[in-house]
Amino acid sequence: MTDFRLPDLPSESASQRSLLPNAEQRKALRQKRARRDQYSRWGITASGFGVVIALLTIFVYLFYEVAPILKGATIEEDVQYSLSQTGLEDVEHLVLERYETLAIAYSPDGQVVVFDVANGAPEARFDVPKPEGSQFHSFFSAEAISATQVYGLDNGQAVVVRHGFDISFPNDQRQLTPKLEFPLGESAITIDDQGQPLKLISMETQTRGRNASAIAALTEDNRLLLASLTGRENLLTGQVQITRQVTELPAPPGGTGDISKLMVDKALRSLFALDEDGRVHYYDISNPAEARLVESVDVGGGNEVSASAFLVGGVSLIFGNDAGELSQWFLVRDDQNQYRLEEIRSFRSHKAAIREITPEYTRKGFIAVDADGQIGVHYGTSSRTLYLDSHADVPIEEMAISQINTRLLWLDQDNQLVSAELWNEHPQLSWAAMWNKVWYEGREDPEYIWQSSSATDEFESKFSLVPLSVGTLKAAFYAMLFAMPLAIAGAIYTAYFMTPKLRGVVKPSIEIMEALPTVILGFLAGLWLAPFVENELPAVFSFLILMPVVMILFAFAWSKLPTRWRLLVPEGWEAAALVPVILIFGTLCLQASPWMEVWFFGGSMRQWFTDIGINYDQRNALIVGIAMGFAVIPTIFSIAEDAVFTVPRHLTQGSLALGATRWQTMIGVVLPTASPGIFSAVMMGFGRAVGETMIVLMATGNSPVVNFNIFEGMRTLSANIAVELPETAVGSSHFRVLFLAALVLLALTFIVNTLAEIIRQRLRQRYSSL
Amino acid sequence: MKQWFKSGAPWIWLNGGAVALSMIMVFGLIGLIAVRGFGHFWPSDVAYIEINEPQADAPQVLIGELVRSQVIPAAVARDSGEQVPESVDLVTRHLLKLGNRDQTGQDFSWFLQLYMEPWEYPENIYVIERREWGNFYGQPVALLENGDVVATAEQADFFDQVQTRIERSLSIYDDIEDLEGGEISDINRTLERLRLDERGLAIREVPEEVASAERDRIAAERESLNNSYGVIRQELDALYDSTRRDTLRMRISDGREVDITLGTIVRVTAPNAMSGFDKPLQYVERLWEFMTDEPREANTEGGIFPAIFGTVTMVFVMSIIVTPFGILAAIYLREYAKQGLMTRIIRISVYNLAGVPSIVYGVFGLGFFVYFLGGSIDEMFYETSLPTPTFGTPGLFWASLTLALLTLPIVIVSTEEGLSRIPSTIRQGSLALGATKSETLWKVIVPLATPAMMTGLILAIARAAGEVAPLMLVGVVKLAPSLPVDGEFPFIHLDRKIMHLGFHIYDVGFQSPNVEAARPLVYATAMVLVMLIVILNLTAISIRNRLREKYRSASD
Repeated sequence: MTDFRLPDLPSESASQRSLLPNAEQRKALRQKRARRDQYSRWGITASGFGVVIALLTIFVYLFYEVAPILKGATIEEDVQYSLSQTGLEDVEHLVLERYETLAIAYSPDGQVVVFDVANGAPEARFDVPKPEGSQFHSFFSAEAISATQVYGLDNGQAVVVRHGFDISFPNDQRQLTPKLEFPLGESAITIDDQGQPLKLISMETQTRGRNASAIAALTEDNRLLLASLTGRENLLTGQVQITRQVTELPAPPGGTGDISKLMVDKALRSLFALDEDGRVHYYDISNPAEARLVESVDVGGGNEVSASAFLVGGVSLIFGNDAGELSQWFLVRDDQNQYRLEEIRSFRSHKAAIREITPEYTRKGFIAVDADGQIGVHYGTSSRTLYLDSHADVPIEEMAISQINTRLLWLDQDNQLVSAELWNEHPQLSWAAMWNKVWYEGREDPEYIWQSSSATDEFESKFSLVPLSVGTLKAAFYAMLFAMPLAIAGAIYTAYFMTPKLRGVVKPSIEIMEALPTVILGFLAGLWLAPFVENELPAVFSFLILMPVVMILFAFAWSKLPTRWRLLVPEGWEAAALVPVILIFGTLCLQASPWMEVWFFGGSMRQWFTDIGINYDQRNALIVGIAMGFAVIPTIFSIAEDAVFTVPRHLTQGSLALGATRWQTMIGVVLPTASPGIFSAVMMGFGRAVGETMIVLMATGNSPVVNFNIFEGMRTLSANIAVELPETAVGSSHFRVLFLAALVLLALTFIVNTLAEIIRQRLRQRYSSL
Repeated sequence: MKQWFKSGAPWIWLNGGAVALSMIMVFGLIGLIAVRGFGHFWPSDVAYIEINEPQADAPQVLIGELVRSQVIPAAVARDSGEQVPESVDLVTRHLLKLGNRDQTGQDFSWFLQLYMEPWEYPENIYVIERREWGNFYGQPVALLENGDVVATAEQADFFDQVQTRIERSLSIYDDIEDLEGGEISDINRTLERLRLDERGLAIREVPEEVASAERDRIAAERESLNNSYGVIRQELDALYDSTRRDTLRMRISDGREVDITLGTIVRVTAPNAMSGFDKPLQYVERLWEFMTDEPREANTEGGIFPAIFGTVTMVFVMSIIVTPFGILAAIYLREYAKQGLMTRIIRISVYNLAGVPSIVYGVFGLGFFVYFLGGSIDEMFYETSLPTPTFGTPGLFWASLTLALLTLPIVIVSTEEGLSRIPSTIRQGSLALGATKSETLWKVIVPLATPAMMTGLILAIARAAGEVAPLMLVGVVKLAPSLPVDGEFPFIHLDRKIMHLGFHIYDVGFQSPNVEAARPLVYATAMVLVMLIVILNLTAISIRNRLREKYRSASD
């Protein structure tokens, strides 16, 4: 019996010495690896989601910045107290000061009380001085920003007062000290030499040019008077010396008896007299001595005009009638160069008679209050009614708005004063204001205008996106006109006819072309191409038009050459053979250019264009078309080339085997198969052309015109953003419109590109199934 | 002929013509930029031209460089008020750079060839580059020291004497710059820090005794800084005085004599006297100066170093941000995400973002990064320096971040393409050997896909380097006072504004008051930018092509 022994089982100690890991270690290692696997998965997933979120943020954020445009106004009442708190019984006019802590009330009996908006506690009280024995008889407040009011007396005189605040900062706290000034002197000015009481009064002060004012008044015996006042301050004594000239105006048809309100515009050129039948009599008072009645217009639509006001700037008039209808009117110049009062637009109606219209200080908006206690917030340019809701059961009599449009203060018939917070940030913007024709102040017709800012407060912002959109499309159109034939023809040739050797040169060159910074293209277009084209117009046009003809002629001549010569350029090298042809022909055109100008265009083609009535800007759509076409060609070329190149070989080989020529195969087989790809290439190119910024910025004059003239410039959405965004105030309407422009660009290019991409993917699937 | 048309041959030729035209455009454009850009540094000869117009009593003398010539119809010349005889149809006109802007007010002018005498190139014409007013052209008369003539132009070594004295004034100028850039800016910085400390005391609630001790310290430090500033100021004044010691007396084309202080001169050359060896030397010197110097005279003279540096820094910071995110996102989309409809939508969206106009990214960057994120950062960490914003204003970091977002799709697309090219056999092999997914990924797939990622990154860099529109909104300025990287802590200043080559082109070419003078510089800048981008792209293309070859064999 042989000794049989089992091999030693590895003892505990031996296993520890073994190089292989034991079960526990293996487990630990496995766990470690699994953990690592998990971490890696989480990390990668997190950053994947992070990127998706980051890209989503772009959309969300742009929406978030644009959204406030759509919001209407809101009014939140916060305090209410009785008028008696201020110590007054009756109020003619309410004013809120800029910091919204103090308010001013003018009473019919010449008291001016400055009180705390929060509780009505009086802070200061002034009495308007009047001559001994006279009484205050009428009142008018001039344009809000001038802070000027006028009282008419029963002795034919008038007193002009202006309120103001001195601001000081003791202990870093703002302190407002109210004051009352007399811009035309403290003593009353005689308007009616006959001393009749002034039943109605109105005044306005010119702010530009000489210091002049006009006061219009209707006396108790129904004479319509106009006083032109020129103030001159004596530099030594500080006393104001007033030169006064009073004219009596002719009575309107129907007499002066039923005139209910007088209004003078800020340029002191026109006087509007409203009567009780809802008619306005428009007087031309640019030369007071020869003042004349121009026309009488029915502005109330058969109802009495119960409230009226100038919008800031003194151009637009807002009329509100007994039926609660509101309309905007201003003077429009007609064909005979005559001004006529025209209705421009109307606003959403209130349900009851309009009691007062309070214009905003720096924008073309106004607040209207009615006999039902409703408050309406309206805006002129955009014809928007941003808010219309009831705030009292009784009629609201007086309304004041602060200069920064964030607070209202009103007084109702029960003598309750209410202070309320107002949010009304973007009334200028509405769909209609951005995309429809708008009738702007001082224009003869409704127009599309983009003019976002100006130096004065009275400026009416013109936010029509139409000129910018048209400019964008115009630039893209001319770019595509130039790029599409070149890129598609080039792609077909490169993908299908060209020898691989040449293709190896052309493809990278096109990629380099795509990579060229657009700032360089723009700079060359603006500084080199634009003057070049302007000087060599005949050469450029003859080159563009005759080049295809020359190519075909050359090809024909080539085909007639003896075979020995023809073989020098084998099939697939046609492009290389054409390079010298193009260069020579281009040089010829250039050399002939001045001669063509002398022979056909009387010396200068540029001048010739002007003579036949075509506007020619040096930096125009032609330049943009060429430069941006250059930028777009590679985009279209690469995708189209790819689509043609990947057409399955057996299709073309089948066609050729059946006897079709190369070109017939191209037209009959390749193009129909590849056409969706080419279409998506064109869309991608269009997307690029729409968003391109630097080229249009540098190669056009950036003037927002609405036309498709190839010899004029344009302003595109993108260039407009680049020009204006760095200079606008954060959060302003202008800022948000520019964000909207960016959002429009983003959405447009995103949709176009997505469609193109989907088409491309479909095509790829089809190829793989063929 | 009809037969020939039927065969379709003419259309093939026309298609070929489109390619030919495109190629001519690409190479023509690059050639144009190269010729104009490189040509700018060549010391071209300065012509001495006499014009004898029939009506004029005395001939008009011009000294200047020829910029370009043009043939125009005589009618155009007559319209601009020139005297052209009736018999002439076409005239040649030359644009001459006459310099001497401070003397004549017009440094570029067109002149008709018609009445010109043959051009001469006298050797004694000097071209003087100055710190302000652009170039000066004239003939030397004498060299003065403190108003006394020390050398006259007749002396043989006159030019060398001028050079020696200019070297002296240039070295003094270097000293001045060292003082201003070094010690004085140190003092200013410390003063600013003290001001912030003081404001910090007012904002934070600090016990009164600590605060007053702090205030004393600040006052004492301020005092000592002001004292040392006074000392340096005196030193500076002395240096400035000594730069005004020497003057060069020159005669300009109309015969007047003009004195030029050597302190205002950067370089004096006599190009007409230069030998064929001197000119290339001069060329290299000027090219070097252009690449390494700071701009002068509202960016229309001098170099573009800050712009190059700013571009590089910005692109560098951008790469640091975009690379990890782009690559990880691509790996997620390709390796981890479930390949369903959702992933397809995400992929298409990401690809499409590459086609979104760059200005949109700029708008987003300004609104979200600068005003929203930057404003919040300022409120949290830089309260003392408010209302002056630190990060709440356009700057390097925001520019880089915006561009990172802009180039993200490029990196993702390129990386994904690289990942998809890796044959699945390699992946399966790794998994079959028991490797986990992450091991397969990090040890097998990613190393193989590195060239594709490199390609993506290079393309992203090339795109970022050439992008201008968004940068105009988020951090690029026409003239940045200091570089974004310097010796001061924390060395990289992410909040600083930067200069950028592309924006430099836009700004100098279109916002500059003297476009004609700025033009050559714009071409030169464009050339630098184009070269940078072409080189980057060619690198990317060659990497990609090599990569394709490599996997073609592996996947077959």
